[in-house]
Amino acid sequence: MTLNRRMFMGAGVAAAAALSAPAVLADGHGKPRVVVIGGGAGGATVARYIAKDSKGAIDVTLIEPSRSYFTCFFSNLYIAGFTELEDIAHTYGTLAAEYGINVVHDWAIDVDRAGKSVTLAGGAQLGYDKLILSPGIDFVEDAVPGWSVAAQNAMPHAYKAGSQSELLKAQVMAMPEGGTFALVAPPNPYRCPPGPYERVSMVAHVLKQINPTAKILVIDPKDKFSKQGLFEDGWQSHYTGMIERIGPDFGGTNVSVNPEEMTIDIDGMVEKVDVCNVIPAQKAGRIADIAGVTDGNWVPVNAADLSSKVDPDVHVLGDAAAQGDMPKSGFAANSQAKVCAMAVRGALTGSRVFPAKFTNTCWSLIDTDDGVKVGATYEATSEKIAKVDGFISQTGEDAATRKATYEESIGWYAGITADMFG
Amino acid sequence: MIPRRSLGLVLAVIFAAGTARSESIDDAEAGAEVFEQCSGCHQIGQGARDAIGPHLNGIFGRGAGAHEGFAYSASMRRAGVDGLVWDLTRLDAYIANPRALVSKTRMSFGGVKDPQERADLLAYLRRFSDNPSNIPEAAPTARGTDHSVAPEILALQGDPEYGEYLSSECVSCHQADGSASGIPSITQWPEDDFVVAMHAYKAKLRTHPLMQMMAGRLSNEEIAALAAYFGALE
Repeated sequence: MTLNRRMFMGAGVAAAAALSAPAVLADGHGKPRVVVIGGGAGGATVARYIAKDSKGAIDVTLIEPSRSYFTCFFSNLYIAGFTELEDIAHTYGTLAAEYGINVVHDWAIDVDRAGKSVTLAGGAQLGYDKLILSPGIDFVEDAVPGWSVAAQNAMPHAYKAGSQSELLKAQVMAMPEGGTFALVAPPNPYRCPPGPYERVSMVAHVLKQINPTAKILVIDPKDKFSKQGLFEDGWQSHYTGMIERIGPDFGGTNVSVNPEEMTIDIDGMVEKVDVCNVIPAQKAGRIADIAGVTDGNWVPVNAADLSSKVDPDVHVLGDAAAQGDMPKSGFAANSQAKVCAMAVRGALTGSRVFPAKFTNTCWSLIDTDDGVKVGATYEATSEKIAKVDGFISQTGEDAATRKATYEESIGWYAGITADMFG
Repeated sequence: MIPRRSLGLVLAVIFAAGTARSESIDDAEAGAEVFEQCSGCHQIGQGARDAIGPHLNGIFGRGAGAHEGFAYSASMRRAGVDGLVWDLTRLDAYIANPRALVSKTRMSFGGVKDPQERADLLAYLRRFSDNPSNIPEAAPTARGTDHSVAPEILALQGDPEYGEYLSSECVSCHQADGSASGIPSITQWPEDDFVVAMHAYKAKLRTHPLMQMMAGRLSNEEIAALAAYFGALE
């Protein structure tokens, strides 16, 4: 076995390709072709693993419109100043140069599943033997009446990181003294279950320093939320009296907004706010719908290889997939990508296929050096990706434990981004 | 006091019956002799001070790496942060094989392999802990429990190709190039150390909950495969 990546990815590519005798499904056009749409935690990982482990035997194309990708994970920490925006930005140069992946910065606008090809906005058509969709999320239209993507400058979602994160941060910094920050939380299921509540914590962290009389209003359609005990405990101790959450019993399900007036209507009660962070209900990224693999808002997939329930040659990873018990998280997408890469490689080159194993861990930061986490392991059953075992941080942990958890999350960030982008 | 040999016999019977014991932990006088293996580095008793190793007064109930003023290894401090507290079970496991609990401990000591000797040593050590009443006498003690990983498990030859697939779960956090920031490196470990550490997580002797979970579902063969893969990773 070759363990030195550079050796086999560099001069060794041709030799390795010749030796590994790809044959199974090249369909009369030379090497088998994999097209990956979406270059986030799912797509970048699956492209990298297929290219790395097939040692040149599979042609891998990665389609991602952004040249600079901002991870959603850690973007809340950017809002609070714990990290810089450039520290969560990543490019695709290593995937192209070291792994031989054909990185195409363009939008996929059509999928012809019968003809097995993808059309790009620029006009190109790409044939595939296996198509992997990792398109992340889009927002359900009219999920929050009054809000649309056209209003995202007045009321940012900041739920796709980058310019939206910058905008939200700037708005928080510019809030008037004693002003109100409102966050409209989404219904389940949605990307990053603890995300809105970490967001609230990070905004509170900023306001506590520069605007301590400001208020935070969380309007939430859900009865309960991820790590609720840990967050509420932290809010009580770090941000006493600053955060108010309006759940479904008090109108959290009946919300509309007016971006021009900067008002929120909560069950008939109209509130003027200074910043309004609207995180609408979500669905699979639009290309999944165009490909015709969605059922409702999401894409049903088989657990063992993340293949679509309606097309065995289309695989769907991450937030877009309805796979069972795993949360929609970057960690989960990364984990699913490795199982998918192994299965796709097995199907295309006859390489060994091992039992699917999945993991997820979500770290959240509540305040300086106050990190918490929740995690679980999963396996593939005939029905779904099913939870095996799990753990969660405990309320009342000592400061050293919380600090270690935060430091662990920084280590994880370095680990997963290296695993995605090489 | 019951003569030691017959106590051993009684214990064997009790263990065979699978019941918890309630008598005191073993022969402190014999333990004082065992401690001679330790005293080159560790002091204990009145006036004991830190030497090559930290003094061992009040070791029961102390957090790992928590004794102020002693320069512990990073590995030992990390174990403490992860929640390792020196109770009877974990002291026993540590004395049996220090690296089972703390991979890169500076305590370069092969371990006391005889469970009876360890039990005697623990009886001796506990004389110097402030609150001996806090020691769960009635709980099943480590004595008679073999914490070392069975030789046939250590002898398993891991399948590196399977290990490479399994490793993809590990490298979401632990970096494949061996760099460590906040999360320790797991590359290029001696295979036995890797296997022993993973089994200690599996047995929940090591305290990190995420790693307990990850190791908990790995078979002996899968641990061997990972050890083989990461051990050879450049």
